[in-house]
Amino acid sequence: MGLDFNQETFRNDFTFRNSPKAIRRFPFPFHEDGYMYSVNLEPHVPGPKGSVFEHTFDVDEHYVAEMRDRALVLAEDPLRCQSLPHMTLAGWDLLELIMTSKARDYPHWFELHKQGDKWHWINKPLEIEQKFTFGDETTLPYGPMEYITRQTQGDFSLQDHRDDNLWMDAGMITTQADWSLDFDVGMSFHEWHAPVPLAHEKGIFDRALKFLLNLQLGAPVRRFNWTMTVDPLLDTSPETYPQWGPTRASLTPETIGKRMHLRVELQTLIRLPRSNAIAFPIRCYLIKFDELVTVPKWGRRLHRVIRDLPEELAVYKGFARNRPMMLDYLAQYDDGTPTSPGIWPD
Amino acid sequence: MSMSHNKIPVTVAEVVTLNPLIKRFRFVRRDGASLPAFSGGAHVVVEMDDHGTRRMNPYSLMSAPSDTTGYEISVRRDDVGRGGSLYLHQHVKVGDDLVISAPVNLFGLDLQAKKHLMLAGGIGITPFIAQMALLSAMAGRFELHYAARNPGLAAYADDLRARYGDRVQLYYDDQDQKIALAPLLAGQPLGTHLYVCGPKGMIDWVRRTATDMGWPQQCVHYEEFLAPPTGKPFQVELAASQKTITVGPDQSLLEAIEAAGVDAPYLCRGGACGQCETDVVSCDGHIQHHDHWLSDEEKATGHKIMPCVSRFEGRSLVLDR
Ligand code: HEM
Ligand code: FES
Repeated sequence: MGLDFNQETFRNDFTFRNSPKAIRRFPFPFHEDGYMYSVNLEPHVPGPKGSVFEHTFDVDEHYVAEMRDRALVLAEDPLRCQSLPHMTLAGWDLLELIMTSKARDYPHWFELHKQGDKWHWINKPLEIEQKFTFGDETTLPYGPMEYITRQTQGDFSLQDHRDDNLWMDAGMITTQADWSLDFDVGMSFHEWHAPVPLAHEKGIFDRALKFLLNLQLGAPVRRFNWTMTVDPLLDTSPETYPQWGPTRASLTPETIGKRMHLRVELQTLIRLPRSNAIAFPIRCYLIKFDELVTVPKWGRRLHRVIRDLPEELAVYKGFARNRPMMLDYLAQYDDGTPTSPGIWPD
Repeated sequence: MSMSHNKIPVTVAEVVTLNPLIKRFRFVRRDGASLPAFSGGAHVVVEMDDHGTRRMNPYSLMSAPSDTTGYEISVRRDDVGRGGSLYLHQHVKVGDDLVISAPVNLFGLDLQAKKHLMLAGGIGITPFIAQMALLSAMAGRFELHYAARNPGLAAYADDLRARYGDRVQLYYDDQDQKIALAPLLAGQPLGTHLYVCGPKGMIDWVRRTATDMGWPQQCVHYEEFLAPPTGKPFQVELAASQKTITVGPDQSLLEAIEAAGVDAPYLCRGGACGQCETDVVSCDGHIQHHDHWLSDEEKATGHKIMPCVSRFEGRSLVLDR
């Protein structure tokens, strides 16, 4: 196992880093030299081998360290994981989906053996082995959603589907870009999206909701979201804002390459079978500016995206004050030549 | 961003004649793998090649949602309709291959409910059978009131009584038994959700009574699949694909679009889900809206049509498809 997974931290000494291989497969979110909100949904079908799209759930070199970080967050603040009583069935759906996907896609790390509803789960990287009865909460140390998401990278929210709307009625949220499950739990699609600028006026949320209400079993979709984070912090929550918010003011031209990170969320939307709920895995990938510019196309393009981004988005995403310094840094990597279409390195 | 249609090739594993009008079919996957679990109230669309006409009819799943070895549907023979059910009754036998869609749920349980009160009329019983299996496994509180013409046609009545005791109440039309709806609704605990599935008259009666008695709209759920109505043939121009098609008398507009090789979105094929909504480019004549999706105002403007159930009469209709 030792060779597969990094020893690293997302707090205090911040030893997080990407290997050259992880940089090459980084999900750079911009397919062109500009960015604006849109209903950017595409089928979540398996992508190129080795890419983050290869499997339903990507397990990478940061897996073990991310799970340790999640456990620390939960120990300090148990409300990061909540499930309203009617969401237990959706939790079982999610557990089944993750266990079957991982056992199928990474058989050297995960195994699932089933005898009717008697299940046996083996997670080698985290050294977990569990026999339990599917559907019986008393046979697991946590509720089904919490149990499986303590072993799965990325945040998860589970949306109940009722009254022609989606309701955020459960979630495991510890790697979020400045929003709070404890605040949003029980809200509907437009309510939890209320703080987002410009997108409501463009009708994006009306269209996205309509699409999601018709999301089919076995036909998941995905989209990207992105922001910027100073220091490789997974947990940038409103609850801990006093600890991380002020660090944004301490960036200097000397440290920006090492401390500023592009934060990309690979979000998938998956209809769950038994509960008819919708699972929303939000997988966070971080990359330092210094790492990112090793791919020339990405350095050029990120410069143009940040330069031309509407001010409202820079403010909402929390990097308006650092934008000039980011542009000074990125301009060094933009020679003005055209970039190729698509997100992958040339 | 078109909906990818997720189809499942199946084989008919069992056909059971329940009474003169109703047959039950069991489907298993052709490759022997397991089917996805589903949620109580879900339906699948069954595709049939009815002597050259492609039929795609929705049927509620009635097997236990946790049973992934097979799916079961019950089909009531409709002698006057446009086929589909008649085809299943007369031609489909054990060992036949069919294609079904992945399950879709437009009639889900509200799992926040303190109690689920279910009203079924005739073949409308099928989604409740799956829902009750789920609720009883979860120790949920429910009660079923099931009305049928006579005991001979009340498929599953005995089974359900045996399984759930007096949580199941039966009513037979030819014994002049009728659900005493107003007292039934008045006696429900706070937090009860009401579900109704059956003939149109019954659904309207239940919804109207509940509304009059002050039931909040989000506590009243109903499922009514419309069979696409038959009618006079008509012509339609498909602007985007530059084709002119003729819709036959017992064909739906959606079926005619598909038969012309044009890919069109759908989910329920019964006027309920909204997926097939299509823009009208121009219309000289009268659109016969039969769906539950468009609002009355939208229907009046004539800018949209739901091709799964709606038809047209007049000089010319041009669609953005
Ligand atoms: C059910 C699935 C979804 C959930 C649970 C969800 C949740 C959220 C949350 C919690 C936020 C942060 C809002 C805040 O500032 O407090 C957000 C932001 C946003 N969401 Fe969603 N969302 C979902 C689906 C979608 C879809 C389908 C779209 C668009 C097609 C979308 C577009 C956006 C956009 C554009 C933002 C602003 C992000 C930024 O600029 O950083 N969301 N979403
Ligand atoms: S396909 Fe559902 S409304 Fe037409």
